Amino acid sequence: MKPLTSAINYLAGQLRQVGLFIALIVIVVFFQITTGGITLAPINVSNLVVQNSYILILAVGMVMVIIAGHIDLSVGSVVAFIGAVAGVMIGKWHMPWLLAIVLCLVLGALVGAWQGFWIAYFGIPAFIVTLAGMLAFRGAAEIVLGNEQISFFPKGFRAIGSGFLPTFGSTGYEPLTMVLGLLTALAILVLSLRQRVVRRRYELEDEPLWWFVVKLVFMVALVLIVTVLLASYDGTPIVLIILGLLVVGYTVVMSRTVFGRHIYAIGGNLAAAHLSGIKTQRVTFLLFINMGVISAIAGLVFTAGLNLASPSAGDGFELDAISAVFIGGAAVTGGIGTVPGAIVGGLIIGVLNNGMSILGIDSDVQQLIKGLVLLAAVAFDVYNKRRSTGR
Amino acid sequence: MTDTILEMRSIYKEFPGVKALQDVSISVERGSVHAICGENGAGKSTLMKVLSGVYPHGSFEGDILLDGEPVEFRSIGDSEGAGIAIIHQELALSPYLSIAENIYLGNEKQRAGFIDWNATNLEAAKLLQQVGLQENPITKIADIGVGKQQLVEIAKALSKDVKLLILDEPTAALNDSDSEHLLDLIRSLRDQGMTAIIISHKLNEIKAIADRVTILRDGHTIETLEMGDRDASEDRIIKGMVGRDVDHRFPDHASHIGGELLRVENWTVHHPLDRERKVVDDANIVVNEGEIVGIAGLMGAGRTELAMSLFGRSYGTNISGRVYKRGVPISVSTVPKAIANGIAYSTEDRKKYGLNLIDTIQRNISIAALDKLVSWFAFVSEAKERIVADGYRRTMNIKAPGVGVLTGKLSGGNQQKVVLSKWMYSDPDVLILDEPTRGIDVGAKYEIYTIIDRLADQGKGVIVISSELPELLGICDRIYTLSAGRITANVPRAEATAEHLMQFMTKEREKTRA
Repeated sequence: MKPLTSAINYLAGQLRQVGLFIALIVIVVFFQITTGGITLAPINVSNLVVQNSYILILAVGMVMVIIAGHIDLSVGSVVAFIGAVAGVMIGKWHMPWLLAIVLCLVLGALVGAWQGFWIAYFGIPAFIVTLAGMLAFRGAAEIVLGNEQISFFPKGFRAIGSGFLPTFGSTGYEPLTMVLGLLTALAILVLSLRQRVVRRRYELEDEPLWWFVVKLVFMVALVLIVTVLLASYDGTPIVLIILGLLVVGYTVVMSRTVFGRHIYAIGGNLAAAHLSGIKTQRVTFLLFINMGVISAIAGLVFTAGLNLASPSAGDGFELDAISAVFIGGAAVTGGIGTVPGAIVGGLIIGVLNNGMSILGIDSDVQQLIKGLVLLAAVAFDVYNKRRSTGR
Repeated sequence: MTDTILEMRSIYKEFPGVKALQDVSISVERGSVHAICGENGAGKSTLMKVLSGVYPHGSFEGDILLDGEPVEFRSIGDSEGAGIAIIHQELALSPYLSIAENIYLGNEKQRAGFIDWNATNLEAAKLLQQVGLQENPITKIADIGVGKQQLVEIAKALSKDVKLLILDEPTAALNDSDSEHLLDLIRSLRDQGMTAIIISHKLNEIKAIADRVTILRDGHTIETLEMGDRDASEDRIIKGMVGRDVDHRFPDHASHIGGELLRVENWTVHHPLDRERKVVDDANIVVNEGEIVGIAGLMGAGRTELAMSLFGRSYGTNISGRVYKRGVPISVSTVPKAIANGIAYSTEDRKKYGLNLIDTIQRNISIAALDKLVSWFAFVSEAKERIVADGYRRTMNIKAPGVGVLTGKLSGGNQQKVVLSKWMYSDPDVLILDEPTRGIDVGAKYEIYTIIDRLADQGKGVIVISSELPELLGICDRIYTLSAGRITANVPRAEATAEHLMQFMTKEREKTRA
């Protein structure tokens, strides 16, 4: 086979993965042109990261839930509930904000345990339990706040949502951000190479070298471009660090740990997983506790970023997070999906939101377009699957 | 006085790689009960699917004559229109609709496009009376037992002016008194002029109601007997059902049998829904080291139920009994405990219960023993996993370009090898293999038998559950027969013949007690 045709064939096999990145690039370029260069302006990139961080954080937890074959409709309401509790603790009781954060994370775990109990041990479908949670926790948020909003949080707390890492030097490219960016790029480079060497040694690798190089160059370039853009504005947003840690951590959990394997096995075939000795109920229970904690993180980031605890916070977040996961290639029936995929899916939604807002497109038209993008992405998946099984 | 209602002449039906029916002919007299019997896989159900139009005209060879006229059914609707109704083993009723609604489902009594509820319920009540079911037609199907549901199916058939009623294993899921009642009903319908074909392998049942019996074996008609005749003996029917040669389809193997490995005492399991019914009734089983033990039983005898209840109570309710390994009592109350105690169960339905079809061979093999691959903390070593999986791919001869291939893309035999690899990697002492060669071609079967022999040579105990008697006779050291949930015999290989086993497999409960 000629190298070119074999290269094309390989890419065709990776169509979903490749398509996702291409879609993101096309959308970014499209808005960069139509907005007259605003999309990739340093201040906008910084905003993009900060404004989408909570959706991306939620998507990390949601993709795990969806891989296991469940769904969580309550995350938006849990964001509001946790935000409300944090507001009361910090704004009214004047509790030290670090303690409040710890308590809120514990509360998130309890919320998850409550829902997980009914789903895993009582056998009620997650759709129903979390639909109930969506209503109940929205109500709880309103009760906690007593129909008022709480604002004026301490600066330290606000920083986790809207702050930046300390900056050094006053002009041009902020040095700390540059260093962090370069270190990240270097880490990606070294880890990818190391993994490839190890995988080749055990003949685990079937990825062609050229594609490995293309992917690596793309990733390193992406990191460096974002670094330069952030460094020429206010530096590194703290939420980006939080998000980065979550993404890396859960990617490893899903791809490398026993727990992650069990989640894929449950979503792929629940009965077979049970008969293989997997404690399916416990895994499901833990999964929802995890989702609760992640929702709490999103709630804290959102409240801090807006400097406002409001009962209507997080309205519709669950739908954005679920969309991100499905655009990112997860299967509705479970068993398939990745954390990075969900993040790219979330970025596509984020860039769409941001670009359309800059262009001044009506929010109802925005809704319409986002709906069509979700449908198109899943339709593409289904079409792809049919094509590959048809052969 | 030969008034033939149905004649099927020289029916041939092939599936890819399998000749399901070869030159099968049968002729059924009007107003009689005609039994068709044979082992699982003999072609009974295929023949009925040909007759009822499930396999449309043109997909098989041969002629079907109804009332002397050739007919060409292209769908079930066609055969129903001609007055043939088939009642399958798995009942096709909608559980949350009423009896009356089910009877007229797809055939609703209507007036101007609206359902005429009075007519529906009134007519349904009449039909229920006819089949001797004393239930209100508005009762939901879910609220009545399986026996009564069977009667509703018959009432449904009667509502369509049926002249030929086909019943596929009608009593398989029924208890004794329900079976009795059903057979009475079939008898009385016959006396009213109905013709019935009943598929069954319960000899006592065939003797009780059939006028004639046609025996099928391996897709061939063996013979048709008049039940009134003296030579239509039970022995003759059994011989007809099983009398095939056991040729060299099995590897030579001499087992080295050691001490007692697994002992199951007084194992009783109740049906998960019908909690009164014992699916496994006071079973006692012993498996020794290095021994291959077979469990023979007909469909519905409780084979899979016995195995799955032993494997972490994955089936049934109200399970009682004790399990010992090397004389020490062990708990098998959950799947992880059963696995930890060295028991493995490979399912009869590998697609539904055995494999994650959207994941790779490698990840399917490792899933039951992932802990063995943890290098540090909770991280799975993919390199180690690859080496393990590749090892099984070679030793088990799994035909795939690599272990990164999705299991959903493999053939049945290779999928089965993946399932076996998974359990071998969990390193059990006792393997329970449920229908290990179902849906697998002959060559792969031989390989599976070799693997089973190898496992026994390693000192493991292997329990093989199979519908195919020759298979059990070919590979087992000892065979238990199971009938209606009870162990009816424990036969060493030297003494076992197919006829002998079949007698115990069809043995009734009363006889066992005596």
